Amino acid sequence: MGRVVVDVMPKPEILDPQGKAVAGALPRLGFVQFTSVRQGKRFELTCEGPVTDEILAAAREAGEHVLSNPVIADVGAASAAEAARPDV
Amino acid sequence: MTRIGVVTFPGTLDDWDAARAVRLAGAEPVSLWHADADLHAVDAVVLPGGFSYGDYLRAGAISRFAPVMGSVVDAANSGLPVLGICNGFQVLTEAHLLPGSMIKNDHLRFVCREQVLSIENIDTAWTRDYTRDERITVPLKNQDGQYVADERTLDELEGEGRVVFRYSGVNPNGSRRGIAGITNAAGNVVGLMPHPEHAVEVGFGPDGAKGPRTGTDGLRVFTSVLHALVG
Repeated sequence: MGRVVVDVMPKPEILDPQGKAVAGALPRLGFVQFTSVRQGKRFELTCEGPVTDEILAAAREAGEHVLSNPVIADVGAASAAEAARPDV
Repeated sequence: MTRIGVVTFPGTLDDWDAARAVRLAGAEPVSLWHADADLHAVDAVVLPGGFSYGDYLRAGAISRFAPVMGSVVDAANSGLPVLGICNGFQVLTEAHLLPGSMIKNDHLRFVCREQVLSIENIDTAWTRDYTRDERITVPLKNQDGQYVADERTLDELEGEGRVVFRYSGVNPNGSRRGIAGITNAAGNVVGLMPHPEHAVEVGFGPDGAKGPRTGTDGLRVFTSVLHALVG
């Protein structure tokens, strides 16, 4: 079993209301080191067999057409995850 | 009698109110099911509000791939009047029938209020019974209602007169340029975040000139399309 990770992040020019709220909460809990937070999504796609170039290309395409909306988000590179952990 | 389809997705909430608005406007509402690609020969389609598929992934993102949406997109591109309200607007942007997208309200809270809108385009299939710059009051209720698009798209919408509804007085969710609703270039596809279908009958709408709950400003959205179809 292989696993591909696809990250989807709000575009830099789009105000990220959730990230902003988290950034506001951090100093209240003593985390004063961080000046801003952006909140995105991480998708883990599992496949039969190893992660091939074709699988990565398909994951990238899924990222662009389904997992993200290009108007508001960017898709990070699809990458093979380390050994798949059993689903719980 | 003019037949107007109202689509139900899993998680749709306002299909009954939309069907009721269609009936009060003088047309026959026809229930359309998300899994059925057949539009049953309707003359127009309403995508109602709600939380289809629980807003999973993104609001409207999964509904866009429902069998009925393939037919709606084809028919819309051939001129069928299509109205998307709230979640229906989100589905229309995800289906690329309308530009831009909706993200979480800038203040992060669900908003529910009686909202004043100005009507800036009365040439669409869904707004021809209004007068230009008329102010109307209809309910607004959303979580992901902040309309966003890049500056070029926004300039294009403004330049082509495709901003149909604009928030008046208050911008309730941080939408770019106060945009509440837009149309495609042809004027047959319209999407808006507020809910005209909740302001169609005395006793159930927002407060109006004649007293509490007498507002029926939303009804003309639905009478407009009847006139567009016979005209």
